[in-house]
This record gives sequence, structure tokens and C-alpha cells, in this order.
Amino acid sequence: MVDLLVYALASVGIFFLFVAAIGVVRMPDLYNRMHATSKAGTLGVGLILVAVAVFYHELSVAARALSALAFIILTAPVAAHALGRAAYLSGVKPCEDTYIDELAGHYQKNHRLESVEVKPPVADPSE
Amino acid sequence: MSFLEGALLALTLTLPFAVYRLVKGPTLPDRVVGLDLITSVSVAMAALYALVSGQTAFLDVAIALALFAFLATLGLARYIEYRGHKGD
Repeated sequence: MVDLLVYALASVGIFFLFVAAIGVVRMPDLYNRMHATSKAGTLGVGLILVAVAVFYHELSVAARALSALAFIILTAPVAAHALGRAAYLSGVKPCEDTYIDELAGHYQKNHRLESVEVKPPVADPSE
Repeated sequence: MSFLEGALLALTLTLPFAVYRLVKGPTLPDRVVGLDLITSVSVAMAALYALVSGQTAFLDVAIALALFAFLATLGLARYIEYRGHKGD
């Protein structure tokens, strides 16, 4: 029974790692590819680590597996955000199907986000 | 061949996709994304090998690999952001 649960968790984890690998090859631009690795990849690795924690009925092993899982869940969004910000600031363009770039014109020369002074246009009530 | 050994073999089939992105590019952040996926698959393989071999020390390998992947991605992101800017 426990073996079946372990096999199911490992299989689903491997499936999501496959999804991440296919997404990294097939997605049109860098920002879409980062979605594939940081979401599907993290889920796949996490499910495999949960399978390890279920398989061994020891507290020390389960604690190590779950702490590895917690570390990955905490660091994957940070790494993806840092990489996406660096790519955007170094001029990597989104794919051609992208038609809204809300960050355009909001970054200053020193890579600070300027969100206060640039206001969206307000509709004139007199018209 | 047991089920978990087959799973380990299936996991290696995801590596060529990531290596394709690492080699092809076209930009430097794309290559870092490919490298990130390679290390994610390596962490999963270390964890699965802890199941196959029964040696739980491979979980420590997985933790250390995840830590190094995080630090490498942050360092490469900082390099991509600030290359060409003298004095930063």
C-alpha cells in the first residue's frame, strides 16, 4: 500500500519534470520558459522528495527530505525573479504575441523601479 | 529492473531537452534557464537514487545540489544584469 503511494508520487513527479523539459524547448520566449522550469520543475522535484519522505518510516530521513523540499520551494521563486529581472533589464524582448509590457518606461538608469511619478492617463470628466 | 530503477531511467530522458536549451540559447538567460532545469533534474535523480540504493546520504547530496543551483542562478543573474556597467 505504501509502495503504491510512493510509486504514484514518483510517477507524477517525473511527469511534471517531463512537462517542464518540453516547455523549456517548446515555449516561444524566455519569460514563458521560466514559467515551465520554476512551476512545473519545482512541483516535480517536490513530489519526488515527498515520495522519499513517505518511503522511509524514519523521522531523520523524512525531516531531511522535507527540509530539502522547503528549501526548493523557498528559493525557486527568488531565483526565477532575479533571472527574469536581469533578462528584462539587459534587453531580452518578449515574443511577438505579447502586446502589453507594463514595465516599459518604468525602470530608471540605476535599475530602480519608478512607480510613483509615472501615472496612467486619467479620462477627462468634462467630455 | 524494478519500478524505481525504470523511473530513474525515465528521468534521464528529460536531460536532452534541457541540454538543447543550454546549447541553443539564443540569449544568455535562456542558457541559465536550461542549466536550472538540469540541476532540478539532478536533485530529483539524487532523491530517487536514495530510494533505489537505500542509502539516505543521497538526500544530503540533493540538499547541497539545490543550494549550489540557487547560488549559481543568483550569481549568473547578477552578472547578466550588471555586465557592461563599469563601476557597479
